[in-house]
Amino acid sequence: MENPNLKYIRGKRLPTMFCPGCGCGQILNALLYAIDELKLDTNKMVAIGGVGCSSRIPAYLDMYAIHGIHGRNLAYATGVKLAKPELKVVVLTGDGDCGAIGGNHLIHAARRNLDVTVIMDNNGTYAMTGGQMGPTTETGRYSTTSPRGNLEKPFDICKLVETAGGTYVARWTTAHPVALIRAIKEGLSHRGFSFIEVVAQCPTIYGRYSLGISDPVGTIEYLRNNSVTKEQASKMTTEQLVGKIVVGKFVDKQLSTLEDAYREMEVKVAAEMR
Amino acid sequence: MTQTYANLRFMLGNHAIVEGAIAAGCRFYAGYPITPANEISERMAQRMPEVGGRFIQMEDELGSIYSVCGASLAGKKAMTATASAGYNYMQEGIEYAVAAEIPIVIVDVMRQRGENFPTQSDVMQARYGAAGDHEMIVLTPSSVQELFDLTFEAFNLAERFRNPVIVLSEATISLMREGIRIPQPNELRVVSRKKPTVPPAEFMPFRGEEDLVPRMSEFGDEYKVLYTHNPHDEWGRIAWTPKLYEDLYDRITRKIADKADEIAMYDAQMTDDADIVVVAYGSETRGCTEAVRMARSSGIRTGMLKLKNIWPVPAKAMLDSTRKAKTVLVPEMNTGRYFHVVREVLGGNVNTVSVPKNQGRIHSPEEILEEIKRAS
Repeated sequence: MENPNLKYIRGKRLPTMFCPGCGCGQILNALLYAIDELKLDTNKMVAIGGVGCSSRIPAYLDMYAIHGIHGRNLAYATGVKLAKPELKVVVLTGDGDCGAIGGNHLIHAARRNLDVTVIMDNNGTYAMTGGQMGPTTETGRYSTTSPRGNLEKPFDICKLVETAGGTYVARWTTAHPVALIRAIKEGLSHRGFSFIEVVAQCPTIYGRYSLGISDPVGTIEYLRNNSVTKEQASKMTTEQLVGKIVVGKFVDKQLSTLEDAYREMEVKVAAEMR
Repeated sequence: MTQTYANLRFMLGNHAIVEGAIAAGCRFYAGYPITPANEISERMAQRMPEVGGRFIQMEDELGSIYSVCGASLAGKKAMTATASAGYNYMQEGIEYAVAAEIPIVIVDVMRQRGENFPTQSDVMQARYGAAGDHEMIVLTPSSVQELFDLTFEAFNLAERFRNPVIVLSEATISLMREGIRIPQPNELRVVSRKKPTVPPAEFMPFRGEEDLVPRMSEFGDEYKVLYTHNPHDEWGRIAWTPKLYEDLYDRITRKIADKADEIAMYDAQMTDDADIVVVAYGSETRGCTEAVRMARSSGIRTGMLKLKNIWPVPAKAMLDSTRKAKTVLVPEMNTGRYFHVVREVLGGNVNTVSVPKNQGRIHSPEEILEEIKRAS
């Protein structure tokens, strides 16, 4: 029997380019479940990615899609949403794409409370380019550009988005598929800037070379075993939290969006011009 | 209030750019502050909501160029403006717009490196700045009137060719106030992108028609196109074969290169019998035009070729207007960049001379006259 969600895949063509066991496939799958359960009209959706493994997900979706330039996903999204606010925009990105090269666009899209949903795959590395360290790589981890261990601290991008003004912020892992689908549904239903971080396995690169675990199941177990809920985390010390993945929903609030403010201004301008 | 302020007769260059854009149908603008282009953003912020368009000040020039791409894909005619240092950043997005064939307009108000003095030093960057194979359309206005006219034309060309189009302004004319006649809407011929008419299953979004330009759908309709700057087939699917790649960029280059003579915009004055022809573009043409008139009245057979677009190279115009010429002068407000292009087109039969002046000011008529006399 054909997978009922295959209808959301461009040309119903599988397989994807993702490595066996890659978390990108699970994120794609979770997104399809969310779209299906919400009964979204894919004619009125646009998927946008930059460059990287997870940024390739839009190319598989049967909807308008921008497979864009590295880091620029939210800049495209800003233009799309201002030009056609009725479109639902979902950004598929990675920790390097939106936490490093696209960091400025991320901050300002969150600040504007742009009405888009961002799903960020955090695999801890630049996988497509062969496993360089990234902004989320844990301190001390080996990578092709940290051959003596990463000297830097990892970036908590959920905290960044929360501080910048994101109005829905959650983090789950590929080891929490049910919670992940629920979060994506909440994000897609949210009016305003919704940001869902998915800590995902990369068995081919990060798992094998940095964690020393090369089988996909082992890497997913690693994510599950190292996850703590935000409630558990609140009772833990900073030292105890090193290497842990804090999961949960951190922000969920309704605030005026960029579109709301723009419409309000346009009404005034129209009145002045009459 | 009418949509195009048809009654205005005296205007700042940067404001004329805005009015030309609005007349052409521009309804999305994104920008980032930079001198001497600020008045474009400032007037756009005022004007866009008045005409049902949208303005946003982005976090940087990359934000500007990509939001403009996004808005164009969503069906709006869209523009950004910047100055040389900001134009550097935009090359990345221009490359994307070339590959995904997105019609957008970019205004670069050229300024000196690190300073706001006038220059024409981006003439090569405007053509070759972005990575990869392509042709570019670059327009070179020389007055406030031409800033209006050529910005208007830039949108028409972008829509016709599904390509980014550059308006190369200069600090000189952008910050100048001059008399300007704004045409009535019924005098203007607005071009818009060709839309698909076939059912979604049959639409090939990257198959060029006879003019090599594909039809273009917009976000929100049922065509569900994938845009990418990876090599892609005529259906828009990411694909790579040596031939596919070659064919893709052959078409993207030729859709413009083959039409170079048709795109060419220029004024040739008194060139039919001219022994000496001055070839110039942008604000430099202002002093040159006067110098050529002065030379004629002192009996020197001199002509003037004023280029309103420098890319694709208007080669036929250059050859046609220098048939009798022994010497061709190419004055520029830079170290002499476009001179090389003119010399390549004209070949060895003509003595092509670079006349650079790189001091943040254009040549005076007297300076050009002196060069003409030296050559005669």
